[in-house]
Amino acid sequence: MQILASLSGIILSLLLAPLLPGIINRVKAFMGGRKGRPLLQLYYDLRRLIGKSPVYPSVTTWFFRAAPVSCASVSLMALVLLPFGHSRALLAFPGDFVLLAGLFCLARFSLLLAALDTGSAFEGMGAAREALFSALAEPIFLFCLFILCQQSQQFSLSVLAADADLWEEGDWMPRLMLAFSLFLLLLSENSRIPVDDPNTHLELTMIHEVMILDHSGPDLAFLEYAAALKLWVFSLLIVGVLLPGSLGLSQEYGGYFSLAGMFFNWVLTLAAVFGMGVLTGFVESLMARLRMERIPQFLAMAGAFASLAALTLWGRA
Amino acid sequence: MRASSSERRPDDGAFEALSLRNGAAVSLGDVPDMNFDSFARWIAGSVRTGCRIAAFFAVARGRLEHRVENNGTHFLYAVLADDATGLLTVARAPVSGKYPSMARAVPALHLFERVIYEKNGILPEGHPWLKPARFENPSGPAAGDMDFYRVDGDEVHEVSVGPIHAGVIECGHFRFQCLGEEVLHLEISLGYHHRGVEKLLAGLSPARIPSLVEVTAGDSTAAHTWACCALLESLTDTPVPPRGHYIRALALELERLACHTGDVGAIAGDVGFLPTSAFCGRLRGDWLNMSAMLCGSRFSRGLLRPGGTNFDVNTILAREMAKKMETILRDVRGATHLIWDSPSVMARLTGIGALTKADAVALGLVGPASRACGLSPDARRSHPLPGLPAPPALCTADTGDVNARTKVRCDEIAASASFCLDALRDLPEGEYRFRPDADETLPLAPERLAAVLIEGWRGEVCHVALTDKGGGLAAYAVVDPSFHNWAGLALAMRGQQISDFPLCNKSFNLSYCGHDL
Repeated sequence: MQILASLSGIILSLLLAPLLPGIINRVKAFMGGRKGRPLLQLYYDLRRLIGKSPVYPSVTTWFFRAAPVSCASVSLMALVLLPFGHSRALLAFPGDFVLLAGLFCLARFSLLLAALDTGSAFEGMGAAREALFSALAEPIFLFCLFILCQQSQQFSLSVLAADADLWEEGDWMPRLMLAFSLFLLLLSENSRIPVDDPNTHLELTMIHEVMILDHSGPDLAFLEYAAALKLWVFSLLIVGVLLPGSLGLSQEYGGYFSLAGMFFNWVLTLAAVFGMGVLTGFVESLMARLRMERIPQFLAMAGAFASLAALTLWGRA
Repeated sequence: MRASSSERRPDDGAFEALSLRNGAAVSLGDVPDMNFDSFARWIAGSVRTGCRIAAFFAVARGRLEHRVENNGTHFLYAVLADDATGLLTVARAPVSGKYPSMARAVPALHLFERVIYEKNGILPEGHPWLKPARFENPSGPAAGDMDFYRVDGDEVHEVSVGPIHAGVIECGHFRFQCLGEEVLHLEISLGYHHRGVEKLLAGLSPARIPSLVEVTAGDSTAAHTWACCALLESLTDTPVPPRGHYIRALALELERLACHTGDVGAIAGDVGFLPTSAFCGRLRGDWLNMSAMLCGSRFSRGLLRPGGTNFDVNTILAREMAKKMETILRDVRGATHLIWDSPSVMARLTGIGALTKADAVALGLVGPASRACGLSPDARRSHPLPGLPAPPALCTADTGDVNARTKVRCDEIAASASFCLDALRDLPEGEYRFRPDADETLPLAPERLAAVLIEGWRGEVCHVALTDKGGGLAAYAVVDPSFHNWAGLALAMRGQQISDFPLCNKSFNLSYCGHDL
C-alpha cells in the first residue's frame, strides 16, 4: 500500500507538472487585466513539439543531444526521491538529499555543455550566467536540504512525509524561514522573476531560455517538460516543509495508507503545490526583475534565511 | 516670412550667416557663400555658443547655377538651430571632391559627414570614423558588411545582435565588445531600411510629397508631415488658418502621447514589471484610436496637408475627444505611477545607461534623451511656428539615465495631455484649410531655401528644401531625431552590463527607418 501511495504520487506529478506554469501564467494574466493563454497551453505545446522532427545545428555534437534526455531523466529521478505530501518517497535512504542536489547539478552540467556546444555568443553568455548563479545557489540548496534531513536521525528526504516528530511545537518560525529560503531558490533555479524572465524575447537578458534557443522538436519538448518538473519538485519540497507532519483529520480515515487517506493526501498536496504556483504568479506580477549584478545578493538572502533557520533549530539544543 | 537679416562683412572674407525664422523661406542668393575655412570656423563657433546642427548636406552645383564666382562641384549647406534667439542660421561653402573633416572639433557632425561622403562622394579628410552610414551605393558593400571596431584580449568576446531581432522591430545590427558582462564598446550598423527617400522627394511633384513623407518614419507621421507641409507652405506662400494649426498641434501631441505611453509600457515590460506593461499596451491603443477619431487613421496619415488639414474637429467631436482623453489620461497616470511606487522598478532603472550633459551636448542629442541629461532643447518652445497655442510645459531631468528618460516621458504625457485639452477647448473658429481658387497645387517659388523644425515625440525633425530656377525641387533634406541620437545610445552603453542593453535601447527607442531614410 505504501508503494502504491508513492507510485501514485509520482504518476500524479508526471501528469500534472505542466499545469503549474499554466497556473502561473494565468495568475499573471489576471493581474495584468488580460485573459491569458489557456491553462493547458504547455500540454498543447508539448504535443506539438513531440510531433516535430528536431533540427540540429551543424556544429553540435552528442552533448547537444544528450542534454534534453539528461534533464528529463534527472527530473524523473528527483520525483522518485521526493515524498509526495505525506506518502514516502519510492526510494529513501540515508543521505538521499545529496543525491537530489547532485542530480540537479548533473542536469545543469549537461545543459551548460549543450549550450556551449552550439558556439553561439548568446548561449555562451547564458551558460556563463547560469554557471555563476548556480554556483551560488547550489550550496544553499544543499544546506537547506541538510537542515531538513538533520531534523531526524534517518538523514533522508522522506522525513518530510508523515513524520510527526520532525518538528517541535514552536518550530513554525524556522520552518517559515526555511520555506522562504527554498522559495527564493525556487525563483532563481526555475528562471522566474526577479532572477530571470521566462516570457522575455530579449536574448541579451535571458539566463535559462537563451541556453535552449537552438533546441527544437522533441528535444525542446523534453527540456520544457523537465523545466516544469523541476518547478514541481521545488514546489513539492516547500509544501513538504510547510505542511504539518500529521493531521488528526486523516487519522479518522485510517491513516495515509488507506484509500481515503491517500486521496486526502493527494488533494491536500496538489492544492498546496498549485498554491505555490499562484504565489509565484503573484510575485512575478508585482515586482520587476533584478539587475543581474544584484542576483548574488538575492541568493545571499536565501542563504541568510537558511542560516537563521539552522541557528534557531540547532541553537535550541 | 522672409529673411530677417543678411549682413555681409567682406573685410576678412567671412560673412555673417543668414538668419531665418523657423518655417521661413529665403532667397538662395541671400545665403552667404563662405570659403571653407570661415564656414568651419562659423560652425565650430556657433556650436560652442550653444547652437545645434539641424541639418548638414551637400547639393550638386549643377542643380543650382545661380552664382559662379566660386569653384567647386558641390555646396555644403549647414542649418544651425539657435535656441537662445529662436532662429535658424544657414550658410554654405563650395567644395569639390574633399574638405578637411570637422568631426573632431564638432562631434555632432560625424554622421552627417559620413552620409555626405556616401551620397555625394565628397571626402571629409581626416574623419576619425569614416564608415558607411546607410550603405547607399548599390554596387558597394551590402548593409552590415563593414569593418567593425574590435577589442582584442584573451577574455574579450564579441556579441553580434541582429539585423533580424526577436520581436516585431526593424532591422539593425549591433556589435558588442564585452569583457564578461561588461560592454567595452558598442557599434551600431544601420542602413537596412535605406530607400532613398531624399532622392525620391527631390524628384516628386509637390502634391505627392506629403504622402511620401508620411511613411518616412511611421511612428513620427505627424511630425514629418507637418515639417514638409510647413516647407511647402513657405515655398508657395500658402497661409494656414489658425484652426488648421491647432488641429496639427493636436495630431502631433496625440502621436507623442501614444508613443510615450507605449514606450513607458515597453520599458516596464523589459524589466519584467507586468502591471505597467500590460496597461500601457492597451492605453497606447487608446491614444492611437484618438488619432483615428480625428482623421480615420491611427497614425494620422492623410491628416496634414499643405494649407491646413484634411479633416475638421467639430464641436461634438471636440467634446467627445476631451472626455475620452480625460479617461485615458487618468488610466495612464495610474499605470505610470506604479513605476514610481515600486522600489524594484526604480532600482532597476536608476543609474543604467547614464549619459553626461557634456556628451549630450557634444553629440548634439535632441528630444527626451537630451532633456533627460539636463538640457532643454524643445523646438516647440525655442522655434515656435507662428499661430500656435502656447506649447506644453518643458519637462527635464538631470541624471541622464534610463530612469531620467522614463521620467521625462511620463511628465511629457501629462504636459501634452493638458495641452491637448486646452487646444480642444480653445479651438479657433473658421476654416481649417486654406483653399486656393485654382485646383490644388501652387507653384513653388524659384531659387529659395526653406527650413522647418518640428518637435516630434522623439526630438526635433528638420526638413530643408531648395528650389531651382524653374521652381522645381533641387534638394530635399530630411533629418530625423534618430539620426542625432543613435550615437548617444552607443555611448550610453559604455561600461554597462550587456543585459541592460534592451532596456537602454527601449528608453531611447530610436527609429531605424528614420535614420536610414
